[in-house]
Amino acid sequence: MIRKEMIAMLLAGGQGSRLGVLTSKVAKPAVAFGGKYRIIDFPLSNCINSGVDTVGVLTQYQPLRLNTHIGIGIPWDLDRNIGGVTVLPPYEKIENSSWYRGTADAIYQNIDYMDSFNPEYILILSGDHIYKMDYEVMLDFHKQNGAEVTLAAMPVPLEEAKRFGILITDENRKIVDFEEKPENPRSNLASMGIYIFNWKTLKEALLAKADQPGLDFGKHIIPYCHQKEAPLYAYEYNGYWKDVGTLHSYWEANMELIDLVPDFNLYEEYWKIYTRSQIIQPQYLGPDSVVEKSIIGEGTTILGQVYNSVIGCGVTIGEGTVVRDSIIMNETTIGKGCEIYKGILAENVNIEDEVKLGIGDEVENETDPHIYNHGLVTIGEKSVVPKGTVVGKNSVIFGVTTAADYDNGNLASGKTLIKAGGEA
Amino acid sequence: MRAIGIILAGGNNYRMKELSQRRAVAAMPIAGSYRSIDFALSNMSNSHIQKVAVFTQYNARSLNEHLSSSKWWDFGRKQGGLFVFTPIVTMESSTWYRGTADAIYQNLEFLKNSHEPYVVIASGDAVYKMDYNKVLEYHIEKKADITVVCKEIGAESEVTRFGTLRMNEESRIEEFEEKPIVAKSNTVSCGIYVIRRRQLIELIEKCAEEGRFDFVKDVLIRFKDIKRIYGYKIKDYWRNIASVEDYFATNMDFLKPAIREYFFKEYPSIYSKADDLPPAKYNAGSHVKNSLVSSGSIVNGTVEDSVIFRNTFIGNNCYIKNSIILNDVYIGDNTRIENCIVESGDTIRANSQHIGEGAIKIVIEKNDRYII
Repeated sequence: MIRKEMIAMLLAGGQGSRLGVLTSKVAKPAVAFGGKYRIIDFPLSNCINSGVDTVGVLTQYQPLRLNTHIGIGIPWDLDRNIGGVTVLPPYEKIENSSWYRGTADAIYQNIDYMDSFNPEYILILSGDHIYKMDYEVMLDFHKQNGAEVTLAAMPVPLEEAKRFGILITDENRKIVDFEEKPENPRSNLASMGIYIFNWKTLKEALLAKADQPGLDFGKHIIPYCHQKEAPLYAYEYNGYWKDVGTLHSYWEANMELIDLVPDFNLYEEYWKIYTRSQIIQPQYLGPDSVVEKSIIGEGTTILGQVYNSVIGCGVTIGEGTVVRDSIIMNETTIGKGCEIYKGILAENVNIEDEVKLGIGDEVENETDPHIYNHGLVTIGEKSVVPKGTVVGKNSVIFGVTTAADYDNGNLASGKTLIKAGGEA
Repeated sequence: MRAIGIILAGGNNYRMKELSQRRAVAAMPIAGSYRSIDFALSNMSNSHIQKVAVFTQYNARSLNEHLSSSKWWDFGRKQGGLFVFTPIVTMESSTWYRGTADAIYQNLEFLKNSHEPYVVIASGDAVYKMDYNKVLEYHIEKKADITVVCKEIGAESEVTRFGTLRMNEESRIEEFEEKPIVAKSNTVSCGIYVIRRRQLIELIEKCAEEGRFDFVKDVLIRFKDIKRIYGYKIKDYWRNIASVEDYFATNMDFLKPAIREYFFKEYPSIYSKADDLPPAKYNAGSHVKNSLVSSGSIVNGTVEDSVIFRNTFIGNNCYIKNSIILNDVYIGDNTRIENCIVESGDTIRANSQHIGEGAIKIVIEKNDRYII
């Protein structure tokens, strides 16, 4: 009989619309991070490093890149005879066929998958956080307390607590109450969206609440379990954890990696982060290159100057070009004599010679000021920016643009240039 | 599948000096991210040869570790696969491989149990890209018994450390000398052969009966007048690394844009074992010019005209010039290294100096490494 003590269900179906054009063609968990990784590499690596070798990945929004990346799980050692990684998209049924309508609904629709492993515990993860966590320690905590549900939680500054789901516990970390985004928080323990359930408890709750529209863990399943007086515990986590939900927090989290000794250290020997990398060559730094305070991925060629930046794999940066405070993702090409300040350039972008990005005053973005802010310039994947273009701050470009798309070779600060049918 | 592959990776070579104390030549790190044998293995895989045997005996630990999984070169298939053969003790024999022909003889069952009509034999100590199918087609067209891949080399390497050969106008090999004292030709054998499987079994069995062990001396040279042995001349990049000078120069070749384009960008790719190291990191104060740097490395100092392998730490205010720093090296602050090859796993103390004068210096320093 097949039996696994704990299996993980990784929610990777979300769009992550606050990342703007970065997620117009890929799901958020497949967005590049830290030079060579993708966001989903962090929870997947945590799984295998914690001894969880069975992971169901729930996909829905733009799954192509994610599917290609995960494959059969070889990079994470998740290619197993029994278990391993399985991609779980929504599927048609005899009746009630539907998309995944909420986090818990996605899990509900895959009860058969979980049942097939006869698990005792289910670990629920989300695919959009950057952190290292030993889920085995959390499971020990869960067992020691005889909990039916354990929520991972971290202390946050009280003034920020109103952005999170807040847990109120007794001295034994037993949860007595919780509040969703409270005005006046009674505690600073924020739920991280990481749960361990006894499978029996979870299954019972999912079946009971199946008809709830938009079935969600935070809003429905956890309150249901609490109401049934199942013992709920909060597992306190004090390490690095970052929700890269907005462009600015995404940019910040990348920039933190280049500190002399970063809070989130990728160079530790015993908790490796794995990823699929097609490119394995060394990087080449040319005779006139200058690189300081940066991390750079494999196979990249740098002939210009790079300061304070995170550069992916297979990137080319031309002679005389200056890149500062920027994120450049895989396979992007930047021509000669360019200047790039606070840019986020997605994969396979082509910046032609003498382009300047991030020049001028801060002007609020005209279409989506809540997405494109903090002076960042965002370029979507496979975009082309023609020679000599000057682009302002808080702006966004997506698609194969030509000189005709610009006002005299300029895109002023705060402008949005999204070309329909942007694929070349 | 028309051919199986054999990679001869047994050897040590005194010309590698201290570098081969640690590993077989085939396991020598190349160009930042590869090991020498990756080139032969990738060529096999890219030529759709699915069944490959690697013969090895000299200090194979490093090589075995590298070959512990065959998936990197896409050999983990139901048909074929990657086989690593070290000498074994049986009721009949308990000897080491006494030569290349003997290595094949001791594993003759591998050849007998295959069904593919041809065998491609390559060595694990050369850096090149090759579609062996082209050699195979040539071999069939010439109705050859054995085809030897060869190349004219210039002044960059010592001709006398290779087998040199001379061909007639039909490309049939007329003269073949192994490591001649005075070379009569600058066309050298690349150590890559194509031969029919049954023919190989026959020749190797004949050698064994007569107590002969070397493929070049006892097969190629001995049979050259009665067997049709042809040369297949290549013009592409090919370089043997089995001397300190050639090893150093081969690595330095990768600083040239044309060579990087050829090996790193053009189809097909060279594969290697993935190490899952983080991106290379450059801290404030780093100055890197005309150099290759591999993943997992952290640079704080100055590096010029050098090749830095994986997982290397270079301290503050260091000056590294015209050198090769192998994997997992720690270099303390204020260190000066010029014209050196620094052995992998080394820990170089702060404030030290290593300068190769006149020749490349091999640095082996096993100091305690303190956690910073």
